[in-house]
Amino acid sequence: MTFTQKHLLGIEPLHPSEITAVMDLADQYVALNRREVKRSDALAGLTQINMFFENSTRTQASFELAGMRLGADVMNMAMQASSIKKGETLIDTALTLNAMHPDLLVVRHPHSGAVDLLAQKVNCAVLNAGDGRHEHPTQALLDALTIRRAKGRLHRLNIAICGDIAHSRVARSNLILLGKMENRVRLVGPPTLMPAQIDQFGVEVYHDMEEGLKDVDVVMMLRLQKERMDGGFIPSEREYYHRYGLDAEKLAVAKPDAIVMHPGPMNRGVEIDGTIADDINRSVIQEQVEMGVAVRMAAMDLLARNLRDARAGKEVMA
Amino acid sequence: MTTLLFTDVHLIDPEAGAVTHGALLVKDGVIAGHGAELSVPEDAQVIDGHGKYLAPGIVDIGVKVCEPGERHKESFKSAGQAAAAGGVTTMVTRPDTAPAIDSPETLEFVTRRANEVAPVNVVPMAALTKGRQGREMTEIGFLLDAGAVAFTDCDHVISDNKVLSRALSYARSLNALVMGHPQDPGLSEGAAVTSGKFASLRGLPAVSPMAERMGIDRDIALLEMTGAKYHFDQITTARALPALERAKKNGLDVTAGTSIHHLTLNEFDVADYRTFFKVKPPLRSEDDRIAIVEALRHGLIDTISSFHTPQDEESKRLPYEEAASGAVGLETLLPAALRLYHSGDLTLPQLFRAMALNPAKRFGLPGGRLGNGAPADLVLFDPDAPFILDRFTLHSKSKNTPFDGQRMQGKVLATYVGGVAVFGGN
Repeated sequence: MTFTQKHLLGIEPLHPSEITAVMDLADQYVALNRREVKRSDALAGLTQINMFFENSTRTQASFELAGMRLGADVMNMAMQASSIKKGETLIDTALTLNAMHPDLLVVRHPHSGAVDLLAQKVNCAVLNAGDGRHEHPTQALLDALTIRRAKGRLHRLNIAICGDIAHSRVARSNLILLGKMENRVRLVGPPTLMPAQIDQFGVEVYHDMEEGLKDVDVVMMLRLQKERMDGGFIPSEREYYHRYGLDAEKLAVAKPDAIVMHPGPMNRGVEIDGTIADDINRSVIQEQVEMGVAVRMAAMDLLARNLRDARAGKEVMA
Repeated sequence: MTTLLFTDVHLIDPEAGAVTHGALLVKDGVIAGHGAELSVPEDAQVIDGHGKYLAPGIVDIGVKVCEPGERHKESFKSAGQAAAAGGVTTMVTRPDTAPAIDSPETLEFVTRRANEVAPVNVVPMAALTKGRQGREMTEIGFLLDAGAVAFTDCDHVISDNKVLSRALSYARSLNALVMGHPQDPGLSEGAAVTSGKFASLRGLPAVSPMAERMGIDRDIALLEMTGAKYHFDQITTARALPALERAKKNGLDVTAGTSIHHLTLNEFDVADYRTFFKVKPPLRSEDDRIAIVEALRHGLIDTISSFHTPQDEESKRLPYEEAASGAVGLETLLPAALRLYHSGDLTLPQLFRAMALNPAKRFGLPGGRLGNGAPADLVLFDPDAPFILDRFTLHSKSKNTPFDGQRMQGKVLATYVGGVAVFGGN
């Protein structure tokens, strides 16, 4: 089975074999990106528009680079500074852009479901670069690729996702993806930062870091967003660091070869100790960034193939 | 006035709790007799029911007509036509307009507009506090004199207990009915869906169903304190039911309603962020829905309403969190309620007790009955006729129904208000 999606709105609609297809192609792009001449013409002639309704440096740069390396014409739109300030609705913005005939639309929006809504109104491929607390599919795919390359497989691993699960689209996409690929997922964090009835998602929930990290293969840390600290979700930054910050002592209960991941940007001394983050034997945080570009190249390439097929009137094989 | 005789009809009598086959006589706008052995006056216009069902017209509590303020969403004319088409013969309207209906002057405006253009009965409710701000009570006495049948701040919960207790005491002294929205305002702030698996999957801000239970507990304490006459607008969760049952057992003057949407839909219907399913309070779990149906059957919940809330396309075509809440319901109330009849959950008399008799009794209105002397507010319908709902066929100016494209069963054939056909009937 090949990759049959028209858009990449989330991990939820993906079949495990589609996840594998993205990763397999991304592996090839990792090799390309390590060459001196990092060029492909997979997206030549296509227009990619990055619409970020929420601030982002890293993800936007990653998508931009991915598009450029595949030969697309890439345009960035800083939506925060634009017409939404003048009262234009999301749908009007989408229709306006659609009239310019883009081929790939990369969208980040602060509201859950906003990217789905936009995708219904345009006739190009839409990639969700993060919508509210809903999903961030390319992050989960790049995390999966990082794990697969570090561990040699992406199944039957014990993986702990730690920190602010409730507000994290990264956590949501990751737990769906890792579950689909048949891993054991644990969520570790204070109860105030856990979504309701999350135990029904086939995950194990821990409120104690050392219990949660025991014998895991992968420790995935999440960013604690500063605004959560004023919201009464946790008593203080220092208590959070004491109980849930990843340091050498807590990491010691994980498997000796456990890897440490973080989607960035990190708050050193809040959710992760600086020396752990920099430990090249444990941390794969820099690899995650590298995989990010490759995964986004793969996702856009696959979507563009389906788009071309659809435009040529061919049925995408289901 | 003419005399009407309905023959070959199944009469749904919610007072008797029975469905009987026979005839019904209407004289001078009131019901003048039924049964098989009616003596037929010479001048009677005979309406052959062909075995269909005749019931008291629906009394829909909590209809929002967007006058004054947002007539582009719904006017008394369009809402009245929708009501007539839906078998609703009395609309009890909400005061959450812009501006709020909180003075005798605005109330008189509403009454005048309604009388001019609406083909069905319209009785208004007024705000309990000025501007629905929860700070100062409205002129409850003057508003009663002007025709307000109940007082409510709608979905604005009065969080200041002192303000609410004074308003309840004052209302009690005038024997005025107060309608409240049981909800803890802190917990429910900003929520778009009910917390649980679905909310977590969709990453939407959610409210615990416990917020409703906290709201009902607080209100009941204030009712014990003040003795006011009180109607909970919408009870939608299982956890709120024991508190309601206790309050009724303890002899408080309290009744409760629920909405047709909470009776027939659940949180999963929101699916991929479908904003037409965004209502307030949000749709609940299937367990809650079943518990509410059960409570209706046992009479713990007294009334079913549509909570008709028109919203234009613009306010719904937004990301889910930003989209407006509410659904239109005047025309879909009966066919949606009939789902509960076809599923075997409720009988037709039970449905019409909750949609006609109980609301009329509670709000002091003459309709809701088939007894002699009751106004001839009637709906003739075929409970089995199937159709697929197309929202653009609705009479409401706003088309925000969650039932668009769904299979429904039950069609209104004719609606009569005071013995006059306001829909169908030819």
